[in-house]
Amino acid sequence: MSDRLLISTRKGLFDLRRSSTNAWSIDSFQFEGRPATFTMRDPKTGTLFVSITEGHFGPKLHRSNDDGNTWEELNAPAFPDGGDDAKSIMVFWSMFMGANGRLWLGTIPAGVFHSDDLGDTWHMNEAFWAIEGRPKWMGGGFDDSGVHSICIDPRNPDHVSVAISIGGVWRSEDGGASWRSTCNGMRADYTPPDLAEDPDQQDPHCVSQCAAAPDHLWMQHHNGIFKSDNLGGNWTEIKQAGPSTFGFPVAVHPSDPDTAWFVPGVKDEYRYPKDGKFVVTRTRDGGQSFDVLDKGLPQAASYDIVYRHALSIDKTGNRLAMGSTTGGVWVTENGGDEWSELPERFPPVAAVTYV
Amino acid sequence: MASLAFTPHLRNVIDPTPRPVAGATVRDALEACFEESPAARGYVLDDQGRLRKHVAIFLNNSRGDPATILETSVSETCEIFVMQALSGG
Repeated sequence: MSDRLLISTRKGLFDLRRSSTNAWSIDSFQFEGRPATFTMRDPKTGTLFVSITEGHFGPKLHRSNDDGNTWEELNAPAFPDGGDDAKSIMVFWSMFMGANGRLWLGTIPAGVFHSDDLGDTWHMNEAFWAIEGRPKWMGGGFDDSGVHSICIDPRNPDHVSVAISIGGVWRSEDGGASWRSTCNGMRADYTPPDLAEDPDQQDPHCVSQCAAAPDHLWMQHHNGIFKSDNLGGNWTEIKQAGPSTFGFPVAVHPSDPDTAWFVPGVKDEYRYPKDGKFVVTRTRDGGQSFDVLDKGLPQAASYDIVYRHALSIDKTGNRLAMGSTTGGVWVTENGGDEWSELPERFPPVAAVTYV
Repeated sequence: MASLAFTPHLRNVIDPTPRPVAGATVRDALEACFEESPAARGYVLDDQGRLRKHVAIFLNNSRGDPATILETSVSETCEIFVMQALSGG
């Protein structure tokens, strides 16, 4: 069970702890006033990392070696010098630590970096940068494409899948030396019809991998819900899932690959819960059916949207937490059957992370 | 020498108060400051060395053209002020 939550918000990072009575309280508030985008903790060393996206002053990475008591700003990675038109990094958007201690970092515009020394030095993945279809990638909610999901196979840290809004899902089985698109079965109905199956036009909003059965991936796509049981070799679309198949996050049960959670909204020009009723959908049978979970969630005039990094599941698979664009945070201890709303009114939530 | 000051928003990475700076251009003047406070560089310039989109530089109380301000010549009496543009917050 995890008794600690890091809430990354528009106005800083909140560190929450759970008491023995299932009450959560703010233990500390850090990076006051600064937009926290994403947070992760290295499970081996306990090192914490936070991505800050300053509206004026650009993206920053900070690290804590003492569990969040003090932070140091890291030397940020950079794109190659490419002249006046060269892209610059706008957001450090995703991080994941492999079993070999290699820290992977995804950016907007879509780039991949890694560090073998907990962020002291960074190396850009040249092969990823050189992918031929890159000029076709587009921004999804941002001015440029971005890497938001990094899935590293716990059986082999050289096996990596990354997902791009908008640019599909790419896989490397040689530690990033080469990449291939894994979008077979995806469909994009927002493009000209002839491009609907073009891998570079696919907009995965979030991809999650089952820790105990890593062949199984779940994806919340702009077009709906997809799953793969062969590491993205083929994707199957799930066409019915409660009020909507549109949304941003997906959480997969850590030991049961048939169980996954989504937070639906009306697609895509509205992006708020259907009829103002905020619900979570859950499948326990691989997507054949979905429970609509609403106990403890607002059922009238709710316009909460949960961003792709703002739904987190702990290692037991029983506890989930989520935060919304309107500052609500909810927790459950029974897989979503019942939710409790925290009393605080947080700033808009970008990410929620059990640590 | 020209004078250079930063918005107080940057006080965590550089002393914002006016200081005399050497350099033939605005970029030279900034780089002289970044030598003493290297963490500030990434707050003013992006990873390609360009002025960040939402940072504004005023030269003698006149906002510089973002496309050319870094290479603009400065004189002994110039006052340079670096601030956050109000567009990007």
